[in-house]
Amino acid sequence: MQTKRTVFGNCVLPYLLLLPQLAVTMVFFIWPAGQAVWQSFLQQDPFGLRTSFVWFRNYERLFHDPNYLNALGVTVVFSISVAVLSLGLGLILAVAVDRLVKTRLYSALIVWPYAVAPAVGGVLWWFMANPTIGVVPYLLRLVGYDWNHALSPTDAMIFVVVASSWKQISYNFLFFVAGLQAIPGSLREAAAIDGAGPVKRFFTITVPLLSPTSFFLLVVNTVYALFDTFPVIDATTKGNPQQSTTTLVYKVYQDGFIALDLGSSAAQSVILMLIVVLLTVVQFRWVERRVQY
Amino acid sequence: MAAITLSDVRKVYAGGVEAVKGVSIDIADGEFLVLVGPSGCGKSTLLRMVAGLETISSGTISIGERVVNRLEPAERDIAMVFQNYALYPHMTVRQNLEYGLKNRGMAKDERGRRIDEAARALEIAQLLDRRPRQLSGGQRQRVAMGRAIVREPAAFLFDEPLSNLDAKLRVQMRAEIRRLQSALRTTSLYVTHDQLEAMTLADRIVVLNAGRVEQIGTPMELYERPASLFVAGFIGSPAMNLVPLAGGSAQAFDNLPAALAEEGRVLGVRPEHLELTDRLAGEGEVGLAMVVTSVESVGAESFLHGALGESGPAIAVRIPGYSRVEPGVRLRAVAPRALLHVFDQTSGRRAA
Repeated sequence: MQTKRTVFGNCVLPYLLLLPQLAVTMVFFIWPAGQAVWQSFLQQDPFGLRTSFVWFRNYERLFHDPNYLNALGVTVVFSISVAVLSLGLGLILAVAVDRLVKTRLYSALIVWPYAVAPAVGGVLWWFMANPTIGVVPYLLRLVGYDWNHALSPTDAMIFVVVASSWKQISYNFLFFVAGLQAIPGSLREAAAIDGAGPVKRFFTITVPLLSPTSFFLLVVNTVYALFDTFPVIDATTKGNPQQSTTTLVYKVYQDGFIALDLGSSAAQSVILMLIVVLLTVVQFRWVERRVQY
Repeated sequence: MAAITLSDVRKVYAGGVEAVKGVSIDIADGEFLVLVGPSGCGKSTLLRMVAGLETISSGTISIGERVVNRLEPAERDIAMVFQNYALYPHMTVRQNLEYGLKNRGMAKDERGRRIDEAARALEIAQLLDRRPRQLSGGQRQRVAMGRAIVREPAAFLFDEPLSNLDAKLRVQMRAEIRRLQSALRTTSLYVTHDQLEAMTLADRIVVLNAGRVEQIGTPMELYERPASLFVAGFIGSPAMNLVPLAGGSAQAFDNLPAALAEEGRVLGVRPEHLELTDRLAGEGEVGLAMVVTSVESVGAESFLHGALGESGPAIAVRIPGYSRVEPGVRLRAVAPRALLHVFDQTSGRRAA
């Protein structure tokens, strides 16, 4: 494919045209990220009266801190669970729309949760799952399960995973529906004539042809689980009980804004940034190459 | 291999639209039958009903001795070539050919043998490890054909398989499809909107119009004795000259038998049967007068387009070679009376 190249006579104009975008990136990304990197080498008392340069001590402390290592493990479990649950359910619902229920109302209802603000969604789930007054524990008690996410780490983890995936299912659903509709109907018909039943068609034709969509959603969902789930966790468990739902991004907030250990908090956010860069590079280098046709 | 029988097949869509209105066709074992008609005439719907991709509202379709109305596409023992080829983009050519065989649980060496055989017949052996994306339109078409023949099915179904190719390739693939079919002798049902494709490929043609069969016959039967105005206008290029005998248009003819010159008739004569002349029509001939309005020369032949009489219905005449006739010239043309077609205006059927 040939890309069109524009040649500017004036050498200032191209920079002027780039300026707004560069300014936005500068002010909202490079500057704060740079501040975080600088801050991660400093140690400051809670009142901001004394600041000292400590080199890598903030990082060293982190990797000897069992709480931090715990948060790392929690994040891995949490992210994988959110990605699997929201991708899986999104795909199942999209297939249902593509095959069975073609009404617009049904699709609209599934998309709704995406329009709900994360914090509001979190509060909603907090009410529904509240061990004292919630409807979910009530129903679970009927089948003999004593739900209490305030005491049980497992319950708490399931709770934040479900509450975080809920919104993301809508997003994944939209993309999967579009992906499914982009697969020509004649391919499935050809496969039907070639003797493949519905289940076999799904796994040998539909799933491979959806893989570019799935890959894109995997990246988006991983980044979502790592960063954007803060409001949900804050509104539901606040990282408790026993830090069993404290993810890396929630710990950044706790250490920085509650405990006022700004140096450690900055070091954590730098590590988080590196993790995301690494993940994205891995996904694009190794996974994407295998999903393009 | 098997015969295909359609009897009184209908398709009514949920909205009440009747796409196919009672079609009965017998396709003999090994026959190449072409369904032809304008877009929206129900030809693709009919083909998809035979394939099992559309339900049959009423009537029966049988392949061989079996009524297939309630069978899944896979159980009908047919193979289909789609308009957009429908190759699986994530599989290599070999995997594309193999997919249907694997699904049927065929042994590995038998699969390999059939694929090699089909690849040789279609000259795609060197493409087996490529993906569809890396193939040209003509090569994709061959692979799609290959996927149909490796299965060795009872019948081939073709859904406008050549319409995505450029003109030159289309002529070439047309010849190839014809060659393959006569070598394999597999019953084939072929859908197209191109009358030229129909004429060159078919053992017999079915002309469909608005969900009904207009005429079934060999290409020459359709050309020589079109059963209706629709077929007369559809088969042949350029189309047959059709002149309604009304409002005095009969005056432009000479030597027209009185028996034919009734009001409410439509007179038809093919452009290639008219011959330019400067005399009146003789024994066994019918003549006409026309004014030339435009001339199309394509080298080997030329087409004169004009109006009957002074400003009557359009008339086209085919003449061999290059033409020097200028627009505005008055001409006479004659045709043998035996090559004249007469239709009834109201019913649209052939009258004589």
